[in-house]
Amino acid sequence: MLCTKEYEEIEQKVMRGERLTREDGLRLFACPDLAWIGAMADYVRKKKCGDIVYYNVNCHVNLTNICLSRCKFCAFGRDEGSPGAYAMSKEDAIELVRDAMRDPHLAGLHVVSGLHPTWSFEHYLDILQTLHEKFPSLYLKGFTGVEITHFSRISGLSVREVLLRLKDAGLQAIAGGGAEILSDRIRRELCPKKATADEWLEVARTAHGLGIKTNASMLYGHIETMEERVDHLLKLRSLQDETGGFQTFICFPFLPKNTELGKTISQTSMWDDLRTMAISRLLLDNFQNIKAYWVMLTVPVAQVALGFGANDIDGTIHKETILHDAGATSPLALQEDTIIRIIREAGRIPAASDCNFNILPTD
Amino acid sequence: MRIGEKEATEMLAHGNPMELGKMADAIRRERFGNTVTFIVDRNINYTNICQNECRFCAFFRRKEHKDAYLLDYDTILGKVKETVEAGGTQVMIQGGLHPDLGLPFYEEMLRRIKSRFDITIHSFTATEIQHFARQEGISILDTLKRLQAAGLDSLPGGGAEILSDRVRQKVSPKKIMTEDWLHVMECAHSIGMESTATMVIGLGETMEERIGHMEKIRRLQDRTGGFRAFITWTFQPGNTELGGEKASAWDYMKTLAMTRIYMDNIAHIQGSWLTQGEHIGQLTLGFGGDDLGSIMLEENVVRAAGTGYEMSIRKMVQMIQGAGREAAQRDTEYRILKRFPRN
Repeated sequence: MLCTKEYEEIEQKVMRGERLTREDGLRLFACPDLAWIGAMADYVRKKKCGDIVYYNVNCHVNLTNICLSRCKFCAFGRDEGSPGAYAMSKEDAIELVRDAMRDPHLAGLHVVSGLHPTWSFEHYLDILQTLHEKFPSLYLKGFTGVEITHFSRISGLSVREVLLRLKDAGLQAIAGGGAEILSDRIRRELCPKKATADEWLEVARTAHGLGIKTNASMLYGHIETMEERVDHLLKLRSLQDETGGFQTFICFPFLPKNTELGKTISQTSMWDDLRTMAISRLLLDNFQNIKAYWVMLTVPVAQVALGFGANDIDGTIHKETILHDAGATSPLALQEDTIIRIIREAGRIPAASDCNFNILPTD
Repeated sequence: MRIGEKEATEMLAHGNPMELGKMADAIRRERFGNTVTFIVDRNINYTNICQNECRFCAFFRRKEHKDAYLLDYDTILGKVKETVEAGGTQVMIQGGLHPDLGLPFYEEMLRRIKSRFDITIHSFTATEIQHFARQEGISILDTLKRLQAAGLDSLPGGGAEILSDRVRQKVSPKKIMTEDWLHVMECAHSIGMESTATMVIGLGETMEERIGHMEKIRRLQDRTGGFRAFITWTFQPGNTELGGEKASAWDYMKTLAMTRIYMDNIAHIQGSWLTQGEHIGQLTLGFGGDDLGSIMLEENVVRAAGTGYEMSIRKMVQMIQGAGREAAQRDTEYRILKRFPRN
C-alpha cells in the first residue's frame, strides 16, 4: 500500500465497514495501487456475499436496433431503412427463444431494444406478453429506464402506469442499462434524445415502489471525469438508501469501435476496468451484487474480476449483439459448463439464478 | 524473512490470490517504483526440425515433413539486419534439436552475426545447449565456452518447463531432465554468461511441483546470482498432442504473484502478454511484474499453437501507461535505454 494518511484512513474505514465519502472515492480513482484497491474490494465482497458467484442461463432478445436516440457511444442503433437495420416480428422473437430453449437449463430472457420510432408501447407490450404466454417457465427481465421513459413519452401514460402494465404482462425485473453517466452535462453531449438523469432515476424509484427490482449500471471511459464517475455512483447509492430496490451493478467500459465517439476516444485499459469495478464495490456499500460482464471484459478478465469485488458474472446470453457491434472480442455466447469452470477456477461456488437472484435448483 | 517451500505451497494452493497480489505488488514497488520495462527484439527460429517431439509443442516437424525448414546463414543475417533496423537490441535464436547440425554450424552463425552487427545474442535454450554438446561429444561447459567465444552473450530460460521429472517424463520424455537444465544454467553462470529462468504452468503439475520448481531455481541463484529474470508462461494447448485446457487467467495471476514473493533473489519478474493476451498482460503489473518482455518481431513457436498476439512499441507503451506506470525500453541486461514520457 502507498503509505499516506488518506489511504490508511480509507483502508481503516473499509475494514470497519464504514461508508466512504466522495473524497475517498476520488482518492481511490487517483490511486495507482490496483492490487491494494482490489484486495479491499475482495475483502468487502467476501464479507458481504461469501463465495457464491451468480450466473444466468439466459437469452438476450434485442427486438430491434432501429433507434431514435442514436447515442454517440452506441454502435448498435440504426436509422430505419439504413444498412443492417432490423426489426423482429413477434414470430421472429418467438423463434429466437424457441431456439434458445434447446438448452434445457434456459431460465430466462433479457429483453432490451432500440427506441423504435414508429412502434407503439402496445406493440412492445404485446411481444412481452406473448413471450410470457408461450414460455411461461422463463423469467422475464427487460427494458431499461431509458425504454420505460420512452414508453411513457409515446403512450402518454405515467411511468408508474407503464410499469404496472409491463408487470401485468409478465415482466419480473428491469435491466440496468441506460444509466450511462447520470449527469446532464454528459447526456446533453452524448445522448440528448433519451431519458435524462432524473428520469432514469425516477423509473428506478417508481419501479422499486411497485416492488419491481431493477439493476443499475455505469458506462464509463468516454468523456466523463473521475468526479462524474464518483458522483454517478453516489447518486445510485443514495437512491438505494431510499428504496433498496437495486439488485446488481454493472460496469460498462465504453467500446469505441463503430461508434461516433470512437473516432476520437480509445478504449479503456483493463487496469481502469478492474479499478472501476473495485471502487464501485467499495462505494456502493448498499448494493448486494456487482457484476463482471464478461462480454465487455473478455472471459479471462471477467474471471480475474471476481477478485476485484464481483460476485455475478452475467450469463450464457445465447447470442450477444449490442456490444459485438461495437467490436467486443469475446465470444457471442458461453456454454454453461464454461461459466461454471471459470467460477470454480477462481475458487468460488457457481450458482445459477433467476433475474431476482434466487438460486435455481440444479439437476 | 525468506518464505519456505511448505508455506509457499499452502499460499499458492489455498491463499487469497488478491492478498498474494498485494504482497507481490508491494515488493515490486519497493524495488522498481513506477518503471516498467520492455525490450525490442526478434525471435529467429532457425529450424523447426526436432528430434524431441515434445507433446506440448505445436512447432516441431520431423525432417521429412513437408513443412520442415532450416534457415540458411543469409536468411538469418537478413533477419538480424531487419531487427537492427527496427531498433531491436537483441536477437533470440532458438530452434529444434536438429539431428545433423554440429556445434561449428552454430559457432559460425554467431561469428557471422557479431562481425556484421552490434546486437546482443540472447540465444539457445538449455535443451539446445545439451544437444550441441552431445553432437560434439564435449562437456556442457566447453560447449558454452566455445559458443561464448563465438559471440553468444546470454541464455534465455526456456526449456525449463516444470522442473519436476515426474511431469517431464509425461510431457517431454526425450527432453532434458531437471538436473540437466540446472546444470546448463550453472555452467553458463560460472563463465559469466547470465540467463533468465522460466516456468510453464498447466502441464498437469501440482502446486507443490510449482513451488519445487521455484525452489530449485532460487537455490541455484543463491550460488551463482546469474538469473536476471523469472518468467511464467502458460502451456498453450492448441495444436499440440498433449491438448487439454489452458491454465486459467486466475491461476496465472496468482502463480505470477507467488514467483515475485518466492524468488527473493531474482530481480525481475516478467509478465507474459504473449501467452496471456494484452489484458491479462497489463494486469501482471499489479501482481508483481516489473517487465513485459519483448516486442516480438517474430514468434513462430507461440504462434503455431494458436496465440497470435501482436505488439508494437506504441501498444506496449500504451499498455504500461494505462496501468499508471512509466514505460522504458531496456537492453538484455535490463539497463534502461529510453524512457517514454506521457503525452
